[in-house]
Amino acid sequence: MDAKGLIARRVALELRSGDLVNLGIGLPTTVANYLPPGVKVWFQSENGLIGMQALPAEGLEDESLTDAGAGYVGAIPGACSFDSCISFGLIRGGHLDVTVLGGLQVDEAGRLANWMVPGKLVPGMGGAMDLVTGARRVIVAMTHTAKGDPKILKRCTLPLTSVRRVSLVVTELAVIEPTAEGLVLREVAPGVTTEQVIAVTEATLTIPASVPEMPIVEAVLREPA
Amino acid sequence: MNSKAISVAGAVEMIPDGARLMIGGFLGVGSPHRIIDGLVRQGRTQLTVIANDTARPGVGIGKLIEAKLVRKAVVSHIGTNPETQRQMIAGDLEVELVPQGTLAECIRAAGHGLGGVLTPTGIGTIVAEGKRTVEIDGQPYLLELPVKADFALLAAQRADYQGNLEYALTARNFNPVMAMAATTVIAEPKEIVPVGMIPPDAVVTPYVLVDYLIERERMHGR
Repeated sequence: MDAKGLIARRVALELRSGDLVNLGIGLPTTVANYLPPGVKVWFQSENGLIGMQALPAEGLEDESLTDAGAGYVGAIPGACSFDSCISFGLIRGGHLDVTVLGGLQVDEAGRLANWMVPGKLVPGMGGAMDLVTGARRVIVAMTHTAKGDPKILKRCTLPLTSVRRVSLVVTELAVIEPTAEGLVLREVAPGVTTEQVIAVTEATLTIPASVPEMPIVEAVLREPA
Repeated sequence: MNSKAISVAGAVEMIPDGARLMIGGFLGVGSPHRIIDGLVRQGRTQLTVIANDTARPGVGIGKLIEAKLVRKAVVSHIGTNPETQRQMIAGDLEVELVPQGTLAECIRAAGHGLGGVLTPTGIGTIVAEGKRTVEIDGQPYLLELPVKADFALLAAQRADYQGNLEYALTARNFNPVMAMAATTVIAEPKEIVPVGMIPPDAVVTPYVLVDYLIERERMHGR
């Protein structure tokens, strides 16, 4: 199983039936493929839709039914559409249960940097700052390192997305929970030791007496959102 | 009756060089594509564009960027348009990046007569640089100021003769809020139908906000 597949599978276990969920682009989007059987969540797309699902078949594309990347999608019965003010009111007003976002860096205070690399990559924050600041739970789904360099740092060196402490960080090596006392190692991936995690993490990790192995669900057949 | 209908050319005629434009749409979905084409054709320059994004090269607002008609873009995202980034780095285009929810609320503030927006989004980030913060119940909020424009250029699914607007699914996005916040509002509906065909409950933008409707393209008739 590749790193990103492992991360997506583990994140999927965090979602509960009935949750309103916003998935960021890239790796987070694939979380929708790994929902455990029986778990039914609603996906919000910040361009103004709740209840999106994969386009059922080619040829059914509608110019006015798209995801936040302007990709054509379908919608499930019960779906609803709304303008950008309502969409971000849902996000900023605490009505969104979970957001899953990619990350460039997370620091000891649980702060996320994921929207720009000065001088190199300036795509803009889009809805990321609103999502991290306003969602009830913020889950960061990212690889543990970038080209061998730690991404979980004492202090972010890239511009922050928000000062809000994120809820959970899931990597291919570990599940880490940022708390008021710092970063706590909650789980390690199958076959990975706590020492291995510590070795590639710049931030100080609190290691509880028992660190269980990450539960991983098998892929289930499900259309991507 | 006094008709609000005008041609694309007539609409662009009203828009001077250097105008401050709000343009609806999300990566081109729900953008007024015919008006945008008219702006390119008639070469309006030095524009300030307030919108969610600059779409992609060759799509929607991306066409204005490619034609180098935009002096300043106030947007939440430019990651899908390398040409915007290139012009920004070259110093030909000023880009003000605004969190998407903050952008929506600042436009709403202007349109609803509010003096600003207090939001935690952006606190402690570079978005907060140079802005005032206000503490409410011990929590810091960023004061974001209203954003208004000379023209709002909107796309709608249907208009009635009076100018009431209805939208479709995700093509709605920023269009309704922009209808509130500009001096002159020009809507480009896919259909213009007799008054009464859009049920009152389905009207999202009340006619009173809409100054002009772009005539439909005609496929037949005489």
